[in-house]
Amino acid sequence: MLSSNVASENIGDFIYKKLAQFFALLVLLLVIVMGYEMYIGSQLSIDKFGWQFLVTSTWDPVKEIFGALPAIYGTLVSSFLALFISLPLGLGVAIFLSELAPNWLEKPLSFFTELLAGIPSVVYGLWGIFVLVPWLRNSVEPLLAKHLGYLPFFKGVPYGFGMLAAAIILSIMVLPIISSISRDVLKSVPDSQREAALALGATKWEVIKIVFSNSRSGILGATMLGLGRAIGETMAVTMVIGNRALISPSLFDPAYTMASVLANEFTEASSDLYLSALIELALILFFITIIINIAARLLVWSLEKRWSNVK
Amino acid sequence: MLNRNNLYFIRRKVTNHIMLSLTFLSVVLTVLPLLLIFYYTVTKGLTSLNLDFFIAMPKPVGEAGGGMANAIVGTLILIGIGGAIGLPVGIMSGTYLAEFGNNKFGNVVRFLADVLSGIPSIVVGVVAYTIVVLPMHHFSAFAGGVSLAILMIPTITRTTEEMIRLVPHSYREAGLALGIPKWKTSLVIILRSAWKGIATGVLLAFARAAGETAPLLFTALGNRFWSTKIFQPIASLTVYIYDYAKSPFTEWNDQAWTASLILIALISLISLLFKFLTRSKY
Amino acid sequence: MENDVIINQTDSINKISEDKNRGKTIIDVMNLSAYFGKTKVLKEISLSIPKNKVVAIIGPSGCGKSTFLRSINRMHEVVGGTITGEIFLDGNNIMKFDPVLLRRKVGMVFQKPNPFPTMSIFNNVVAGLRLNGVRNKNKLTEVVEQSLKQVALWDEVKDSLNESGADISGGQQQRLCIARAIAIKPEVILMDEPASALDPISTAKIEELIHYLKEEYTIVIVTHNMQQAARVSDMTAFLYMGELVEFGPTAKIFTNPSVKKTEDYITGRFG
Repeated sequence: MLSSNVASENIGDFIYKKLAQFFALLVLLLVIVMGYEMYIGSQLSIDKFGWQFLVTSTWDPVKEIFGALPAIYGTLVSSFLALFISLPLGLGVAIFLSELAPNWLEKPLSFFTELLAGIPSVVYGLWGIFVLVPWLRNSVEPLLAKHLGYLPFFKGVPYGFGMLAAAIILSIMVLPIISSISRDVLKSVPDSQREAALALGATKWEVIKIVFSNSRSGILGATMLGLGRAIGETMAVTMVIGNRALISPSLFDPAYTMASVLANEFTEASSDLYLSALIELALILFFITIIINIAARLLVWSLEKRWSNVK
Repeated sequence: MLNRNNLYFIRRKVTNHIMLSLTFLSVVLTVLPLLLIFYYTVTKGLTSLNLDFFIAMPKPVGEAGGGMANAIVGTLILIGIGGAIGLPVGIMSGTYLAEFGNNKFGNVVRFLADVLSGIPSIVVGVVAYTIVVLPMHHFSAFAGGVSLAILMIPTITRTTEEMIRLVPHSYREAGLALGIPKWKTSLVIILRSAWKGIATGVLLAFARAAGETAPLLFTALGNRFWSTKIFQPIASLTVYIYDYAKSPFTEWNDQAWTASLILIALISLISLLFKFLTRSKY
Repeated sequence: MENDVIINQTDSINKISEDKNRGKTIIDVMNLSAYFGKTKVLKEISLSIPKNKVVAIIGPSGCGKSTFLRSINRMHEVVGGTITGEIFLDGNNIMKFDPVLLRRKVGMVFQKPNPFPTMSIFNNVVAGLRLNGVRNKNKLTEVVEQSLKQVALWDEVKDSLNESGADISGGQQQRLCIARAIAIKPEVILMDEPASALDPISTAKIEELIHYLKEEYTIVIVTHNMQQAARVSDMTAFLYMGELVEFGPTAKIFTNPSVKKTEDYITGRFG
């Protein structure tokens, strides 16, 4: 009687564990299936264009010639410009939240910046179209053209829609990621480090520099997660970048990103090759973001182990 | 010598003040766009916010008024499908990670769940297209739901794991000490103590999914008409915002703001609830 | 305006320290009370610490030992404490100092060794000098050798000065932290249970070191280990529930205390 009871409970535990394990396995399979599906879907394009796909810049659905260079260029330039703006700001916010802000200010401010991350991309795009772009077109770009017009970056007609608008909107979207992860990274540095520096007669800023030197890899990780987000960001960018397969040094000019090509053209793909080329773009995006995410997570995770040494 | 030292000290103090002020400045520059976005969404969104917005169908081009009843229902249906698929996977895998996940396989799954959350939503849309739309030969609410499910899974998995881990170990031990098998302890005691956190985490995942546009563009597509059919294209708030934002008609632009206002209000509210519930416990 | 004050302060500190002779007091605490929020953790404490002596602060946990120690270089502010009353360093009220300057004069060693793991051993030692703008490589090398010799760490690490300050044993880390504190030549070193996280051999080394360091520095050490207090200190203060129960020569406190409570604590009747 007793033993059969125990056995049935063990079976219950066994089933429970296997069931949970099965679903966990699904998560793993999901990532593999995603990669496999896109790889199969892009075979046609890979066979036809090979590596040329990455380095040629003709994107012509009519003649069925597809080179992704303008989209890759636009993706990278808009993302790095966005990082260029949001990295210093994000670190400033992280430092303020982790080192300076009193508790009553830190909590709501953290929440506030995290809310930025929760606003739907399409709402950023809407705001971009009706607020940011007109402001750039009427105020910022004419001013830049007037004073810095001799630089190749600020030449041409100030449309408003273009690379600059995309970079700015991306930087707003990436900021909360960089600031909230960097804040966590800074906070993970034990207070004993801050006290050590203070007791040596360090100013607040000098303390921060020492805390910072302990957090470099984590902050690099945060930056890369921000980059990953910027590279894959679709709606807001599509709505303000102007959507033209163009490689131009001017930030005023319209451009294209891999994600915005997909958003604009996927439903219009009239032939198998066209569709396959688009799926290949998605595959490239998938790989880039997966690699960036893996690297970034490893960096952030490795930091958690460091403090086992100093105790 | 002394004097030089003092000058150096003054320099350190000045640097200190400048750098600390700069961090404050960056806070202002970060909060400002958020406030601007909120400001515009609220003021512009309120102009078209009325009962019709929720219960009326969209009017043809040029006609004033009308609403987004079909899109609101569409978004709910999409989340429903996404939740039906994503919820069991997310909760069960999260439970696995919390209860049995302290091994290599657990680490791999945990890592992949994090990585999955970093994959662009448009890529998820492409995958949903190839595995659902292509074989079925047409766009459908179901395909949209699948892509939303994929996007929800990592959030639900990780929240479930975290919430279960928050339950004090003594609860678990108390259950096991009474001779209750592990699966009962997990389900009854732990899910009972952790369910609030998990539920709001799930709501948050739903709210975020409701804000997704990119993966719906070529799965659920969009629909000008009333449809609740799972295997037909369906309207959604976000795709409407996208279409109406690009349109030259002011009425449509205004309605895009109203739809945005509803989404932001929903997401902010649920975020606040999540923060509140997860903070007050233990 | 503020800068003028700073300059005057340092000038006067230097003058006074030159004038003072050995045997005079270096720290005078008058009517010191400390608070965390509304909780009063130190109650009207007055005592004077003589120069070049080791003063031990003993008492049961929660009696305010650490807070007392921290208030001497205003590290109590870092953990959110406030004080009333006065503390004088060489006759100057410490609340009128810039804390950055004060802490350069009053160094501190903590309970857990806290070297900077991203800095080499070398850079750990000279971290304080670098903050103060010393860049001369020869000068820095000289200070590193001198400081590490003073803490008897030189022979153990002289071949690995470029390795991380966290890659040595706990006892070595703590001596490195002491070297880091003395490299900027403070007048007073505060030690907050510096050996409580260490093994007996490392503890013995630290105690030996304290004996040697008082030639040059004044040391205030908090400890919960009464044998340690008896071994290393010249004077002992017994704190109980935030009050200074007794302060006097260590020999007297441990053999013939004047207050019954001190005797009870020392003989292990409570605490």
